[in-house]
Amino acid sequence: MNNPKELKYTKTHEWVKEEDGLFVVGLTDFAQDALGDIVFLNLPLVGDEVTAGEVFGDVESVKAVSDVYSPVTGKVAAVNEELLENTAMINEDCYNAWLIKVEDVTGTEELLDAEAYEEVCANEA
Amino acid sequence: MKLLFELSKENRKMNLIPPCDVPEYSFDETLLRKEELRLPQISEVDLSRHYTRLAKQAHGVNDGFYPLGSCTMKYNPRIDEEAAALEGFTAIHPLQPQSTLQGALQVIYEARELLCEITGMDDMTFQPAAGAHGEYTGLLLIRKYHQSRNDTKRVNIIVPDSAHGTNPASATMAGFKVINVSSNENGGVDLEALRNAVGEDTAGLMLTNPNTLGLFDPNILEITRIVHEAGGLCYYDGANMNAIMGTVRPGDMGFDCMHLNLHKTFGTPHGGGGPGSGPVGCKEFLKKFLPKYTVSKNMDGNYYLDVAENSMGKVRSFYGNFLVVVKALTYIKSLGKEGIKEASCNAVLNANYLMNKLKGYYDVAYDQICMHEFVLSLDKMKHETGVSAMDVAKQSLDFGIHPPTMYFPLIVHEALMLEPTETESKETLDEAAEIFIEIARMAHEDPEYLHEAPHNCLIRRPDEVEAARKPILRYEFENDQ
Repeated sequence: MNNPKELKYTKTHEWVKEEDGLFVVGLTDFAQDALGDIVFLNLPLVGDEVTAGEVFGDVESVKAVSDVYSPVTGKVAAVNEELLENTAMINEDCYNAWLIKVEDVTGTEELLDAEAYEEVCANEA
Repeated sequence: MKLLFELSKENRKMNLIPPCDVPEYSFDETLLRKEELRLPQISEVDLSRHYTRLAKQAHGVNDGFYPLGSCTMKYNPRIDEEAAALEGFTAIHPLQPQSTLQGALQVIYEARELLCEITGMDDMTFQPAAGAHGEYTGLLLIRKYHQSRNDTKRVNIIVPDSAHGTNPASATMAGFKVINVSSNENGGVDLEALRNAVGEDTAGLMLTNPNTLGLFDPNILEITRIVHEAGGLCYYDGANMNAIMGTVRPGDMGFDCMHLNLHKTFGTPHGGGGPGSGPVGCKEFLKKFLPKYTVSKNMDGNYYLDVAENSMGKVRSFYGNFLVVVKALTYIKSLGKEGIKEASCNAVLNANYLMNKLKGYYDVAYDQICMHEFVLSLDKMKHETGVSAMDVAKQSLDFGIHPPTMYFPLIVHEALMLEPTETESKETLDEAAEIFIEIARMAHEDPEYLHEAPHNCLIRRPDEVEAARKPILRYEFENDQ
């Protein structure tokens, strides 16, 4: 498994990184592999509030629909519109296929480094 | 195979419309179409062959074993169809005077009486068209109830993680927020998690019992008590009713309202052969919110349409899918009180028989006595051989078996869910067991072959991903704009 060291992770398989004061959120390699080919994506709108540990969207694969949880509390500053049209990008390059960018962040979920996250995955596999 | 639009030839028509025998009425010019409908133009014989060809390519209960878990694909007795084809039922109109519809109203009335007895409910509506529509209607009952008490803070519906996907979807559609509770190590509801989830904001719980693992939750009375004590109501998802008819009733387990799937449990066609019917039953205190209409009987023994005092209104036109109710009533009456119970007992027996035959070749997800269905986990097989639940399912097609339900419930990895139903003989189950055992052997000896399965079907593996991402939902004409 290749989880970039510079990212932080949640136990619910989202990654997050801080970039110019914004928190960028995406799905991990483990998540996209478990889901299989993703066919639909539901994301919030710019300006929506997201809460750490709570659902902010969902992804649908041929197998199932799964909730996506927010690693941080804040306001949605940007949504990856391109991804809505081309969900395959999540399967192909999940660490560049960001879902949302969050601003005005006031709190975060328990965030793990790559090593701790890989342990979580090993226990679930 | 060609589509009807591709078979179409200019001016080749069937002329099935009889001459007009009522005065003609002219519509305002602005209401008329500017060009003709682009319907396929085709002869009757070509049309007939087209559908016969399609029928030959499909797999129904009449073609072979159909252990599609959670769907109760039992054989539907022909007598049901005969009753539903009676002219007195097919040649009537819902707006006829009620005095001329007494037989039809009696069917609804009697079906309600019998289904209330089977479920332990006090009243029932036949408007909902199928299961999820029933769930939605039941949730509206729960909402009406809390609203009538000005209890507006109850916005949460609790759903276990093993639930049918329709449960959270229906709750969301009905305007509730879904709270998930996890399962315990035996596959039942985790009582501690449930206690933590309930509160002043709990509108209700949705539960199917036996659950989607095919297991009866022994804590059911405690579960419904916890929800009631928090002020919530309990909704029973009747999808798995085929396990318990005549033995235990949702009404006695503590449920306040529920739906039935007549097209699963009560011998009416299911899966493309529908339509379905998802009647919703409720306890006395919820009756007044039921959709209109219900059927009542007056002192003279005449049936009439009744409207509940605080009815939520219609959830569908007229009386729902009425002919399905005719079939279900015929089914119940031909089996009788003992037969209904025996059907469920045999469904449970058949599932346990097949499960025990497959044990040792496949891992059972929760290894205990099951109800009407059971779930295998092919997680180990996939790690050892690379063969997935999907591969095994596809291979079963080559042997003339409809695949079991795959990848559900979500809490089991590489799940295959089998529900043989009571209408299969021991011989059919033995044969199916041999086939699945043979597939397990193939998985270890020639996994590559299974990755490519099916080998002998007209269609191999449709591209489900592409179909979901770029669905073609209508025929594209050459001169489409």
